[in-house]
Amino acid sequence: MATADTSSAHGGDHAREVSFYAAKTGLKSWLVTLDHKRLGMMYLVGTMVFFLVGGIAALTLRTELLTPEQDLVSATTYNKLFTIHGAVMVFLVIIPSVPGALGNFLLPLMLGAKDVAFPRLNLLSFWIYSLGAVFFLITLVNGSLDTGWTFYTPYSTSSGTAVVTATFGAFILGFSSILTGLNFIVTVHKMRAPGLTWNRLPLFVWAIYSTAVIQILATPVLAITLMLLMIERTLNIGIFDPAMGGDPVLYQHFFWFYSHPAVYIMILPGFGIISELIAVHSRKHIFGYKAIALSSIAIAIISFLVWGHHMFVSGQSELAGVVFSFLTFAVAVPTAIKVFSWVATLYKGSIEFNTPMLYALAFLFTFTIGGLTGIFLGALSVDVHLHDTYFVVAHFHYVMMGGTIIAFIGGIHHWWGKMTGRMFNEAHGRWGCLLVFIGFNMTFFNQFIVGQQGMPRRYATYVPQFQQQHVLSTIGSYILGLGLLWTAFYLLRSLKTGAQASDNPYAGASLEWQTQSPPIEHNFHGQPRVDTDPYNFPQIDRSGGMDHH
Amino acid sequence: MLSMFLAPETKEAAKAAVGNVAAAAPPAPPAPKLPPLETLHSWAMPTQASTFAESTDNLYLFIVFLDAFFFVLILAAMGYFMWKYKRRSPDQKTSSITHNGKIEFLWSAIPAVLLVVIFAWAEIDFIKQTTPPADAIDIRVTGRQWFWQVDYPDYPGVSLTSSTEEPLITMIVPKGRPVRLIMTSEDVLHSFYVPAFRVKKDVVPGRYTTLWFEATRVGEFNIFCTEYCGDRHSSMAGVIKVLEPASFEAALREAAKLEQKPTESVADFGGRIYTRRGCNACHTLNGDPATGPTWKGLYGKSETLADGTTLTVDDNYIKESILQPQAKIVAGFTGANMPSYQGQLDDKQITAIIDFIKQQK
Repeated sequence: MATADTSSAHGGDHAREVSFYAAKTGLKSWLVTLDHKRLGMMYLVGTMVFFLVGGIAALTLRTELLTPEQDLVSATTYNKLFTIHGAVMVFLVIIPSVPGALGNFLLPLMLGAKDVAFPRLNLLSFWIYSLGAVFFLITLVNGSLDTGWTFYTPYSTSSGTAVVTATFGAFILGFSSILTGLNFIVTVHKMRAPGLTWNRLPLFVWAIYSTAVIQILATPVLAITLMLLMIERTLNIGIFDPAMGGDPVLYQHFFWFYSHPAVYIMILPGFGIISELIAVHSRKHIFGYKAIALSSIAIAIISFLVWGHHMFVSGQSELAGVVFSFLTFAVAVPTAIKVFSWVATLYKGSIEFNTPMLYALAFLFTFTIGGLTGIFLGALSVDVHLHDTYFVVAHFHYVMMGGTIIAFIGGIHHWWGKMTGRMFNEAHGRWGCLLVFIGFNMTFFNQFIVGQQGMPRRYATYVPQFQQQHVLSTIGSYILGLGLLWTAFYLLRSLKTGAQASDNPYAGASLEWQTQSPPIEHNFHGQPRVDTDPYNFPQIDRSGGMDHH
Repeated sequence: MLSMFLAPETKEAAKAAVGNVAAAAPPAPPAPKLPPLETLHSWAMPTQASTFAESTDNLYLFIVFLDAFFFVLILAAMGYFMWKYKRRSPDQKTSSITHNGKIEFLWSAIPAVLLVVIFAWAEIDFIKQTTPPADAIDIRVTGRQWFWQVDYPDYPGVSLTSSTEEPLITMIVPKGRPVRLIMTSEDVLHSFYVPAFRVKKDVVPGRYTTLWFEATRVGEFNIFCTEYCGDRHSSMAGVIKVLEPASFEAALREAAKLEQKPTESVADFGGRIYTRRGCNACHTLNGDPATGPTWKGLYGKSETLADGTTLTVDDNYIKESILQPQAKIVAGFTGANMPSYQGQLDDKQITAIIDFIKQQK
């Protein structure tokens, strides 16, 4: 069991200190704050605002797809909608979501530290993120973008839309990602509380750490690639456009060399959240701690060697295709290990079906489908048929939305009391989770069927026989949208009307639960010490729980 | 520094915005009505119409069953634990188990072995799909925004195209003979996809990609473009027709024939060329500017060129624009790269197009 206090432990409860929200006030206390908790909250607001923007684009394009003909919006507008949806969701929502919001807020708390290693760098990361976001907003009002979030050349070289503004935005966002990753790596190495050995790190920390490694190694490649694209467009130097002597397939290699590892930048933090949620809410020691921690590292390494599976039909060499296919199957094994370990954690537990746990269980359902359907796409001959069809759309939504976003929402609920000091209404939370779960599966499951029947993605119009499934998808997306709006509503409402959160509402054992809710400005009274790992729930519960120290 | 990036964009964006407003107003052209993707299996894959289809589908099914098995296994375990170990009292007893080396080894090793089997099966099929036999019939495919052009080197002068507005026979192949497509693009990336054949390959500007298949079923099947290529990406669809070898050549010559029919006026013939040779991909008849100027009211109109001079559109200017499209570009269309039709349209066909344009008042 971890103890958070040395100085006044024998003097009974110390007086409650003001929370970090109350410690300083005014606009300036937010805009130039060095406090990781405030930065985390600002990332949370930022990613949620863009989640709304991306979501509106998604619902508009789903509405267009109600009929096979083009009726609601023009083809050009449709193309802009799916591009904005993809680019905003990837670059402004999913990549910064868990590390930016929960990572910033929780990592120093879980380590028993006062802050991250470089608080000023952390502030810089946030403002770089905001600057990148501004470029995306300029893109939206300035001719928008119609290249797809992948910016494939030579279409992106010739498109009349704001390609340079958007790519410059993504270029800037990359630096935010790199600096955050760097900061987290140093923090994990240097700022752990006494006794908090690597084997005692919460798995969320392991996940954020593995993510940070990918962020600093892969993101520079994206930055260089986008810079080359900007050079090609503004200075007419042929790099990727064959009309100027360039090679479009080279662009795809560069792009996916970043963007495949980026898939793991997006999902690994989600894995970390799920490990925490399942262990805490089933009162069990996480099953196979070492396997889960090391599989994150294995995924981080192998993820650099599988980019070519996005290019099986691109014209890359067949031998390359074979090698990439094999390595792709290799990355499936550590992922499978995680899923099995989470399920095994439930065994002989004491499972409480509260909102965070329901999201974790929903994750096990949707992410497992996402993972298993990846096997079809890694298999060369089957991928030839399914590549760039709705099957791929369904697969990556099951991983990105059914994986990362579901985990993120679960995590927000789990740590909501810690972050805001208020509890949301449990019944409201369960209804929200049900709507999201039903809406999500209804939107995306039948897209596997549409895809295997041969419907290509990014189509504004389609063969009428697919209409029935598209209608079902669209209705599902409305339910999903409703569930998410409902969730935003009751969470925001809880800030005013929610019950006061106790310091440790779910009897968690990692260090973030050993301070006030919301935490005090310097996180802890005195230096926390750790003498056991954070998942010893059976022992903790038998010895009388966490709250009685 | 910002202005360096923004300035050219703003101009382009303004232009694009003007184009969009104009393009959004009238109803969009209907998508081509394509033959339905006939489905034979209850699990609803498209018709199996090539020699690759069966093995691809068998592997697909194998993965479906394997996935279903593991999914049910995982969910059953999860569901059972959820029911059995639901918290019934606050001090419910829990197990202090933390790991189990044996079971962890098993659930790593078993999936690994199964994945290697899937990899090998897919790899063997993939190598077959990428190794065309020596006696394959060569067909050249050219992707353009937004139509396919299909040429038969063995049959000089035979050329077929797709149309964004109607399902045209875009390619004819004999049943039971291997066919190799040598493909390239004249503008951006496209991807040639025939769901019924389970084949797909990107069509890349500046290089040739190849794809081969052997059709096993007589009929008409969809061709889709599966690499996003701009505004009318979803209308870049065609039809591939499979015939018995005996009737192949005659049908090919008949389909490729682009001659004035005895019952047809010159202008009507020009109208057929307008859709058959892809003019409609960039030139509208309803007054909207698209990639190129609209043909409505074009003839006799005074146009301002990109270099500032003006001219009146007449027979000679139209002919010159068909044969040397880059010679005199109308202001506002400098970015459009119309390909030359030199050697692809004869004088009679060009005359017919001019007559057709005259009709578009």
